[in-house]
Amino acid sequence: MKLDKNITYKSYGNQAILIEWEAVIHKEILNDILEFKYKIEQQKEIKFSDLIVGYNSLTIKLNQPFKDLEIEKKVLKSIYSSKIRVAQKDHFIWEIPVCYDLEFGIDLKEVATKKRLTIDEVIQLHSEKTYTVFFIGFLPGFLYLGGLKERLFFDRKPNPRLKVEKGSVAIGGQQTGVYPVDSPGGWNIIGKTPIPFFNVDEENPCFAKSGDLIKFKPISLDEYLKIKNKIEQNCYQISKTLAQ
Amino acid sequence: MIKVLKAGFYASIQDRGRVGFAAMGVPVSGAMDMFSAEVSNSLLNNDLDDAVLEITFGGTELQFLSDTFIAVSGANFNPVLNQKEIRQNKRIKVCEGDVLSFRKSSLGARSYMAVKGGFQTTKVLKSRSQFKNITQTFRVKKDELLAIKLHPKDLKPTNASLKISPNHFVSSFIECFKGPEFYLLSEKQKKILLNTVFSISSDNNRMGYRLKETIKNNFFSILTSAVLPGTVQLTPSGKLIVLMRDCQVTGGYPRILQLSESAISVLAQKTTNSELKFKLNFI
Repeated sequence: MKLDKNITYKSYGNQAILIEWEAVIHKEILNDILEFKYKIEQQKEIKFSDLIVGYNSLTIKLNQPFKDLEIEKKVLKSIYSSKIRVAQKDHFIWEIPVCYDLEFGIDLKEVATKKRLTIDEVIQLHSEKTYTVFFIGFLPGFLYLGGLKERLFFDRKPNPRLKVEKGSVAIGGQQTGVYPVDSPGGWNIIGKTPIPFFNVDEENPCFAKSGDLIKFKPISLDEYLKIKNKIEQNCYQISKTLAQ
Repeated sequence: MIKVLKAGFYASIQDRGRVGFAAMGVPVSGAMDMFSAEVSNSLLNNDLDDAVLEITFGGTELQFLSDTFIAVSGANFNPVLNQKEIRQNKRIKVCEGDVLSFRKSSLGARSYMAVKGGFQTTKVLKSRSQFKNITQTFRVKKDELLAIKLHPKDLKPTNASLKISPNHFVSSFIECFKGPEFYLLSEKQKKILLNTVFSISSDNNRMGYRLKETIKNNFFSILTSAVLPGTVQLTPSGKLIVLMRDCQVTGGYPRILQLSESAISVLAQKTTNSELKFKLNFI
């Protein structure tokens, strides 16, 4: 796939600038966005409070309203094309244990039946893939993951549940994800992880970041309870390896 | 300490919000009417980052367990201190045991009470703003004790009060900029957007205000991208949602307008059935 790397700069109110790439979900676009983001983080000219990554966008929230978009654009363009080597951030592959037991995977049967798959095939298709964290949004610690296999695409529920439990692993349309907190939600629940995706008591409340990778590892109900116990006693480390 | 005798309809501790955590999906939060919150802090020579109490629709009753100074700004809930009316936008000395009651509103939806030195409730992710799943509670509760600065440096009592233009509460004009997807609108849709007097539906809270009138459209969702407090989204059903301080950090509906910072404060004082008109500002 040949990607158009032309990017556009738009004002978003008078205190934010929206930078947009071609409207496709693609890892190469994400890499370009992240490289630009790291360059912005390392410069001093543009003073910002937040950098928000989207599938094909980067939004810069500025500390102060800007007067002339053209001036900001010029500075940003020179940052984008600068050849300075950015200190590459380490990206990790996080191994997330998931219990696909039917006790947790309350929609697993329906997904399997309608997709003409066995439950084991759904579990295998879901857990053999490595997913890319595009960005975090919707809820604190909710990862937007790319890479769900087409055979698992499954429409959201027509009527969302009022409460989906924290840790639920679910499929919604062409996406898969983990609910970081109890929340209303319309995705189809296929399992549950004991891993907390957002914890305000940690120095870094959300372990994953844009560009990291996620791999789900099937575990038994027994292992689920063991890990949950360890997490409660604060003696569990999520397994991670450095991504290439 | 300040003891909450009655929580009222909805009251929460707010400051200028959580800056720098959007990349983890954490909303900004902060005072809905930032302008009035800043006025109340300024009257006490507080830092503008100090936390204040945001009181929505009144009904809140507080007892001071130590002497301090307070200032009340924003919506007028006709507050009484030990049953005696007090003035808004004025520095007021309160003594141990005093009871402050907020009654019903004569103007506006949200009132702000600043206390000398600011509320000292727990900071989470660099802010005291209460928000579900971030702070332990998302609103103040009956019988709760709210920590304040003890022995604040004495301030001179003053009879002077600040005059705030009633425009902040009665103006129906909401100043805004073109949003990133404004260009999707046809000339006819733009006319409807900028000439309609919109009214606020009952679905309005710290996350966002849904408007009643609709704009027909056949727009597709956009690829999920950042949204900000003050963003006006147009949904496929034609409904407009104005996002407020507790909004999510990303969304997928076209962003057709962006309110100015002061317009967010103006809108925060409006509620169900209030009318408004968008006024486009060009940059």
